[in-house]
Amino acid sequence: MNTETIHQTVTLRVARHNPEAGETKPHWETYTLTEVNPMDRVLDLLLRVKGEQSGSLAFRKSCAHGICGSDAMQINGRNRLACKTLVRELGNGPITVEPLKGLAVKKDLIVDMDPFFESYKSVMPYQVTTHEPSGRERLQSPEQHAKIDDQSKCIMCAACTTSCPSFWANDQFVGPAAVVQASRFLFDSRDEGNKERLEVLNDYTGVWRCRTVFNCVEACPQGIDITKHIGNVKKAILYGTTDFVPDESHAGHDHPH
Amino acid sequence: MRALRGMYQLKEGQIAYILHRVTGVAVILFLFVHLVENFFLLMGPAAYNAAIGIYDHWWFRLGEFALIAAVVYHSLNGLRIITIDFWQRSTKYHKQMWYAVMALSVVTCAFVAYRMLWLYPGWPWMAHASAGVAP
Repeated sequence: MNTETIHQTVTLRVARHNPEAGETKPHWETYTLTEVNPMDRVLDLLLRVKGEQSGSLAFRKSCAHGICGSDAMQINGRNRLACKTLVRELGNGPITVEPLKGLAVKKDLIVDMDPFFESYKSVMPYQVTTHEPSGRERLQSPEQHAKIDDQSKCIMCAACTTSCPSFWANDQFVGPAAVVQASRFLFDSRDEGNKERLEVLNDYTGVWRCRTVFNCVEACPQGIDITKHIGNVKKAILYGTTDFVPDESHAGHDHPH
Repeated sequence: MRALRGMYQLKEGQIAYILHRVTGVAVILFLFVHLVENFFLLMGPAAYNAAIGIYDHWWFRLGEFALIAAVVYHSLNGLRIITIDFWQRSTKYHKQMWYAVMALSVVTCAFVAYRMLWLYPGWPWMAHASAGVAP
């Protein structure tokens, strides 16, 4: 890479809100950052604001490398991970950062993730079995794994669920992330919990609230083809079985990176 | 609080969904108008003819065109959604499919507009304009 990096000045607009201090609604704060490298990430900008300008700015982050799923937020009107979004991807205008929509704001960019994880738990995201394995382990062929490979990439960042208009309208909707997680077990050859899981997903707040808007697919930082998996779950409910061949998963090729 | 602040970016999928909703509501609202108008059948020919008379007004002609446009878009996009639900490989082409839906809707509506609006003799600026001249 060119060592003579061109630095630029960036205007960062952050939606700030502190309910504990008695604020009733969020307000915009504007920060000007000089000497920003186009290869800096939005997370770097937030850390600079916190370190240099406003120590009270609250946001979640952990690994900062796009795999822990802590720092999903709405950047320039779209859900993304702050640690995977480079300044140069965002054009020359001001950069707008807001918390995820549809979840209650606890402070600044931190939202209450409880409803999200309640939905996750409701689809039984664990292996259900009724008998001991025949050998020491429960084996699975590469072909069998291919059916759940794409879904296994989910990092639970909530970018998809909080980009979904159906979830904004009704936070009881399980949401795309929970359906992807359910699909990861529904199409797992080793799992036997499909009957109960499909009942949850066939509920009033289940998978039928998907309106194929595709915001979740646009938002997913892992490039999961979420609407495809939702379609397969709808078919599983319709046919009463997961014993059909779901349309091909990514199966180790065609990764969206 | 669950305040929705800045607008979320509108992409093809969400625009398709909003149009689907708006046209769906429009069509069902017309259904109520249609049921009320049909109800006048029970009250005899005179009452029904009076009720159906509003169909001859030029502004109702515009509304009927809007109704057909709504039905056309809602049907074509409905087929797109069914395709997405049943043939998961099509999820990769949902944008192209929506552009095709829009193109087909525009072509169909252009034809309908020619028949219903261009050839319509009842516009208020036409000399012989009066109620009851629908072709």
